[in-house]
Amino acid sequence: MTATIPLMHGLVLAGTLFAIGLLGLLARRNILYILMSIEIMLNATGLAFVVAGSRWNQADGQIMFLIILTMAAAEVAVGLALLLRFHHQFKTLDADAASTMRG
Amino acid sequence: MNATFYIAAAVAVFSTGMVVTRANAVHSLLYLVVSMLSLALVFFVLGAPLIAALEVVVYAGAIMVLFVFVVMMLNLGGRIAAQERAWLNPRAWRGPAALSAILFAELLYVLGASSGALTGAEPVQPKEIGRALFGPYMLAVELASMLLLAGLVGAFALARRDVPPRKERNP
Repeated sequence: MTATIPLMHGLVLAGTLFAIGLLGLLARRNILYILMSIEIMLNATGLAFVVAGSRWNQADGQIMFLIILTMAAAEVAVGLALLLRFHHQFKTLDADAASTMRG
Repeated sequence: MNATFYIAAAVAVFSTGMVVTRANAVHSLLYLVVSMLSLALVFFVLGAPLIAALEVVVYAGAIMVLFVFVVMMLNLGGRIAAQERAWLNPRAWRGPAALSAILFAELLYVLGASSGALTGAEPVQPKEIGRALFGPYMLAVELASMLLLAGLVGAFALARRDVPPRKERNP
């Protein structure tokens, strides 16, 4: 019971979600929203892998999704810990506040 | 089943658009959960039932719970939402929107040259994935475990509270 859609439609969906995530990443200044946009982009990338895996009926695409999922989980744990530390030090979530670190 | 894909895709695109345009963090998180649930439906109709389940359990469950915990800990009130609303003026969106639109148009142009191949003749069962995961992809599983350990240690080290806040520098 699966849908047989053109490969391109699935990839266009992945590209649309990726573009929306990129827009959010570029336009927002709040670190929380930047992390959420990164999650959206990673998810869209995983969708592209799963669509391609479904096209050739191979498990490899889904394994790539699993690896991306692991990476997203580790990334979000470290990112949110950094966000907590950032808020603790600067009392704001504005990413521009970090420019005073002169790093 | 084809209609299911397109409806779920429309819901995913709409809710993802709402995520990046809301001023209230909790609203954005709830829209992100909706987006991930609709993507799980997309995965299911594409013949990836295991991935659909993992999307719900890990993404919409675990990762979103982490985000919600952090939002609750930071206690982002109405002041932050007002600040976000002030940042959300159309002028700030013009440049990023143009850049994203250019990249998206290029992507569509490249994809337009591809063949009209169809997806999903039959679902890929979890058994196949398990066989591949613990066969040719064994090293990737080991590396993923190392990555998760590094993430755990990093999150623990960064989120400790015993470092005093930075003192304001005197000019």
